[in-house]
Amino acid sequence: MTFTLEQTHIEGIEEILQDYLPEAGIHCVIMIDMAGNIIAEHESGETKHDIPALAALSAANFGAVNAMAKIVGEEEFSLLFNKGEKENIHYSRVTDEFLLICVFDNEVSLGLLRLKVAKAIGKMTEILAP
Amino acid sequence: MAFINLKKKEVQVKVVYYGPGRGGKTTNLEYIYKKLSRKIKTEMVAIKTHGDRTLFFDFFPFEMGKIKGYDIKIQLYTVPGQVKYNATRKLVLRGVDGVVFVADSAVVRREKTILSLENLKENLAIYNKDIFNLPLVLQYNKRDLEEQGIPVLPVETLEQDLNSELKVPYLEASALTGTNVISTFKKIAALTITSLEKDLK
Repeated sequence: MTFTLEQTHIEGIEEILQDYLPEAGIHCVIMIDMAGNIIAEHESGETKHDIPALAALSAANFGAVNAMAKIVGEEEFSLLFNKGEKENIHYSRVTDEFLLICVFDNEVSLGLLRLKVAKAIGKMTEILAP
Repeated sequence: MAFINLKKKEVQVKVVYYGPGRGGKTTNLEYIYKKLSRKIKTEMVAIKTHGDRTLFFDFFPFEMGKIKGYDIKIQLYTVPGQVKYNATRKLVLRGVDGVVFVADSAVVRREKTILSLENLKENLAIYNKDIFNLPLVLQYNKRDLEEQGIPVLPVETLEQDLNSELKVPYLEASALTGTNVISTFKKIAALTITSLEKDLK
């Protein structure tokens, strides 16, 4: 089983990543599929993270947290967020197949980030709709 | 599930090393990483327990070069082999494109190996994948044990136990010494990419 995204889809998604998300403090946004493949990425250039590893670990982590949700009787946990001293990571489901990861520092409030992510996801869903 | 990026002309495929606990899956990946490290730009990720067993997976991406104008990236994963880690094993299998089943040749591990292959079939079925339709290579690992006087199963027995219905390619190997480790990797890479070729325009 394979899935292919046309050039226009990818360009659309990259555009959203570039338009909606860059903001002081957001270092890196990555869209991945649930198998851990990288669909699109955008980096501010301030940091140098190992994106393939981040993608693989995020997909697995997201899967694990969802499985945990089901164990305690939840469909899913709506907020997935790792807080560090300087860097934080926020995860958001785009569709059943795609996940959006944002790496950001403390200059950005979580509330603002969630707002931006929600807007970006709305746009992405339009592009990905069959 | 392979992902084809038509903009970047890039294909990403996921290959998983599966098999019973302590069978040599991580050792396979460590050997490939060591031997081919010039072509790997990132660190190998390993999520281990304190006892050095794989808890979730090991991972690194490998760039194969170009086929039909597409850059081929293979993501290599292992699963935790211990029976109790089935929940995480299932997660790693999501979107798999090719599997290397690392069988333990030791006589005392025969039952565990057979059960692990059964477990692979069941876990693939969760993702609506059929083991008979998936690129698969069997690796009969730990052939070197014989030299240390530890009884190993003859290849004929392993073939009968594991491969009598599947009839997929197999290799005798020793992940510890590196014998046939790279050949196994090349075999699964070739099978996986061939199965994708019809999707590459």
